[in-house]
Amino acid sequence: MIFATVGTQLPFPRMLAALDGIAGERGLKVTAQTCEPGAHYAHMETFAAMAPAEFDGAMRDASVIVGHAGIGTILGTGRLGKPLILMPRRASLGEHRNEHQLATVAAVEAREGIYVAMDETELAAHLETPDLKPFHLGEGPKLPALTTFLRDFIHA
Amino acid sequence: MLLRSAFEGTQITFVTTLEGLGERAGLESVHIVPDCNRHEPLRAALCAAKLLVLLLKIRPHVLVSTGALPGVLAMMLARRMRTRTIWIDSIANAEEPSMAGRQAKRHATEWLSQWPEVALREGGRYEGSVL
Repeated sequence: MIFATVGTQLPFPRMLAALDGIAGERGLKVTAQTCEPGAHYAHMETFAAMAPAEFDGAMRDASVIVGHAGIGTILGTGRLGKPLILMPRRASLGEHRNEHQLATVAAVEAREGIYVAMDETELAAHLETPDLKPFHLGEGPKLPALTTFLRDFIHA
Repeated sequence: MLLRSAFEGTQITFVTTLEGLGERAGLESVHIVPDCNRHEPLRAALCAAKLLVLLLKIRPHVLVSTGALPGVLAMMLARRMRTRTIWIDSIANAEEPSMAGRQAKRHATEWLSQWPEVALREGGRYEGSVL
């Protein structure tokens, strides 16, 4: 199962419509948290909102997570160690206040297990890739520096 | 918890607002204080009182916090006891620090953001991140 999440603040129909189209074409099983009450997607099981336990369960059951480039989505997936496909919200398309999700994907796209999709074509390409690698939190290249700084501060 | 190895070889006490969190992480010395926010002055006062008791008992050399208001209160109190304090703003604050993060600045010996742009703008330091 693929689990898609757009966070709890704003809907993100561009990502969900793209995923719905791909799910229809390829017969993929997709569950999506949409933040979009009343919306209907033909090829996905959708929930406008999910209780935390329900959300955690869907995250755990998924083999791949597709999400907007929100920090909560990135941290949540990294704790579980699953492949993560991120589509950044674009302020230029009215999807967020500013382009910070572009900065977020730029900061994390080099990490193993994180795949960035700017549009439906790239999303489909990632979903077609066999053996997507899991993304694990806690192995980041910037973590040792932070740990060292903190250790030095403690012992100063 | 991702920064745990920084604490190796120290005597460490954890303070949290959530019952059960410490057990889940396999921690030994854990204290619970009531959670609070800036809209609840009474709870904040209660939280501060509990923190003060803990600080007077433990007399820490260093206080590390990542938020939120309980962390600021602890920092404010600890600073008066000449404890060195470090605030590590949450990785979630990619655009701007939390309200608590801003308040913590006055009480922190070192103030870190995990995002270089935020650190620069806020006059803090960027020294890496958990991501």
